[in-house]
Amino acid sequence: MPQVLIDHLLMPVLKIGVVVGMVMGVITYLVLAERKILGFIQVRVGPNRVGPWGLLQPIADVAKLLVKEDVIPRRAVKWAFVLGPCLVVAPALVIFAVVPFGPPSTVTGGEQNWFITDINVGLLFVLAFATIGVYGIILGGWASNSKFSLLGGLRSAAQMISYEVPQGFTLVVPLLMAGTMSLNGIVMAQYEQQVWFAFKFLPLGLLAFFIYLVAGIAESNRNPFDLPEAESELVAGFHTEYSGMRFALFFLGEYANMIVISAVAVTLFLGGWLPPFPNVGWLSFLGLGLPPAIAGLFWFTFKLFCFLFVYIWFRGTFPRYRFDQLMELGWKWLIPLAFANVLLTGLVKILL
Amino acid sequence: MTESIETPTPDGETLFGLEEMELNFGPQHPATHGVLRLKLKVDGERIIGCYPIIGYLHRGTEKLFELSPFFQNIPHTDRMDYVAAATNNLAYVGAVEKLLGLVVPPRARYIRTILSELQRLSSHLLWLATHAIDIGAMTPFFYTFRERELILDLFEEYCGARLTLNCMRPGGQPYDLPVGWTDRCRELVDLFPAAIEEYGGLLTENRIWKKRTIGVGVLTAEKALAYGVTGPMLRGSGIQWDLRKAMPYEAYDEVDFDVPVFHNCDTYDRYLVRMEEMRQSTRILDQCLKQLPEGPIMGKRPRVLKAPKDSEVYHGIEGPKGEIGFYIVGDGKQQPYRCRVRPPSFYNLQVLPDMVEGLLLADLVAVIGTTDIVLGEIDR
Repeated sequence: MPQVLIDHLLMPVLKIGVVVGMVMGVITYLVLAERKILGFIQVRVGPNRVGPWGLLQPIADVAKLLVKEDVIPRRAVKWAFVLGPCLVVAPALVIFAVVPFGPPSTVTGGEQNWFITDINVGLLFVLAFATIGVYGIILGGWASNSKFSLLGGLRSAAQMISYEVPQGFTLVVPLLMAGTMSLNGIVMAQYEQQVWFAFKFLPLGLLAFFIYLVAGIAESNRNPFDLPEAESELVAGFHTEYSGMRFALFFLGEYANMIVISAVAVTLFLGGWLPPFPNVGWLSFLGLGLPPAIAGLFWFTFKLFCFLFVYIWFRGTFPRYRFDQLMELGWKWLIPLAFANVLLTGLVKILL
Repeated sequence: MTESIETPTPDGETLFGLEEMELNFGPQHPATHGVLRLKLKVDGERIIGCYPIIGYLHRGTEKLFELSPFFQNIPHTDRMDYVAAATNNLAYVGAVEKLLGLVVPPRARYIRTILSELQRLSSHLLWLATHAIDIGAMTPFFYTFRERELILDLFEEYCGARLTLNCMRPGGQPYDLPVGWTDRCRELVDLFPAAIEEYGGLLTENRIWKKRTIGVGVLTAEKALAYGVTGPMLRGSGIQWDLRKAMPYEAYDEVDFDVPVFHNCDTYDRYLVRMEEMRQSTRILDQCLKQLPEGPIMGKRPRVLKAPKDSEVYHGIEGPKGEIGFYIVGDGKQQPYRCRVRPPSFYNLQVLPDMVEGLLLADLVAVIGTTDIVLGEIDR
């Protein structure tokens, strides 16, 4: 096989396969982890029937969803009904293309980079694809021809559009700090500047991180912002009429979104694959004495799971916001704060 | 509200064919606590009309009362408010005792007080669990069910049943307390205050909880009185009325407790009222266990219970949800000639349309939770 084919076809396909496979695996076990952690918070056991410690539960769940009857309501708009779930999952998976999981070849000195691709407008790519997901939910909610689904779709449309604004604004902050839009470039900038961007220009970096966290939870429709699927109000919101694998796709999309948002947050604010304090001599044991590539992968995953734990923790703790209060929080607090934060960061950057 | 929906153009035509949406909320909806059906008119998410439709659980209980002898009717009362069977039993046997002029011995009166306070706790725990889960907080549900389980264990030990207790008879109690029961009840009473603080810790000062409940579902004192609302709903509207204090029955005049009253008339205050009532219930239980007298548990009563000719009686007590009362007419037979129930949930549900008009869909769920209805006793 000529080298050019290996470089431009075989390796990318392999990498995509590995990343998508990993993400799917993480999602299925994230569901189990969520149920176990919630069980711990709620003084109960969680799934423990299928396999030791419930470890085979996700597999049983997936098998069940695969063989379930796939119902399309008679008066649903069929093409939109089918398209909806796909539009939720696909963009979330595509974003992983630009997330750096480990150090690039310039650091490791090896042949391969630990990301699928590194595009110079990475942040815009992330924003663009994160936006598409909402169409899936609106389409699904509208096409179901059910009033509860419609209300869920409407809610999520308003919510996701509102929260994309502060999210977009707050992504400008790490961009200003790094001076590049490439996600890999941003991690490298944190490596060179020897600081995670969440802790740069304190408290500006921290504020940006916080706004991103809140907006991210709202973006992925998770508690306490899980209004589109609020089970006590809208039965199941936009996916009320979905069943079988199509429902599973929505489910998958929600968790893929959680992981994507966490991964982007880790990359932009928490140093991505960098170990904590990479430049402090006596803390070099945090590199674990492993090759930098493996250590990088470990730290990235570790931070990612801390983030995901916070998501689950929130779900076990908070009640749900009301629709107007959610909008109020977004427009009256997060957007002005994010905007001021961008201005201040720019100012500080010029002055320093 | 309606103006915002249709904005006619100058020539009287609407630009689009706009109309309010009718939303069928229930009877199989996760937040309607059983089979309540609400026909809603909504403008977007704002509720402009709410019409409760009841009757999905109608079993003709009141008619059934006329068919069997007085003591055989007690199980029917279990199945009305099925999360508070003991207080239903108490209201019914109280009415029968009044009708027949039976006297209950002191020990039986104390056992009844203990049972009905335990029942109040378990009913309030179920209310808190479902109310919180309606507003989106899942975790309190499991905490409250942990303690509710202990209460149900006590019931099971006393009468063999956990939910439909059938644990009282006209004239006294069917069973004495089992050996060691009071000690186990004492353990529960001792651990309960800390448990209440634990639930409160998740909710009382939670910003989102306060935002979702303060100022939501306002029920003014005048309106509450006009609709005949009773129980914690009434006390959350600033009116101090508790039948345990106002017309003491059983052993309530021999124990010391407070009646919590809050004045903001909203969902949050009704939450506070019920939380405080749970604390007061543990106080009552504590005193009852200390003062529990020895003696017989069944008073003198005729072998066959026969109502006097042309007799009628109304007896109401303070159930967990409000005043539960029985109106019985006797005509000299072993069965009641007519038995009419005054269920608290039925009257409390009446104010729902008034309370939710103009609120959002999410508030509707919070308000249904705060009315604490049980469809079993609304439909009977």
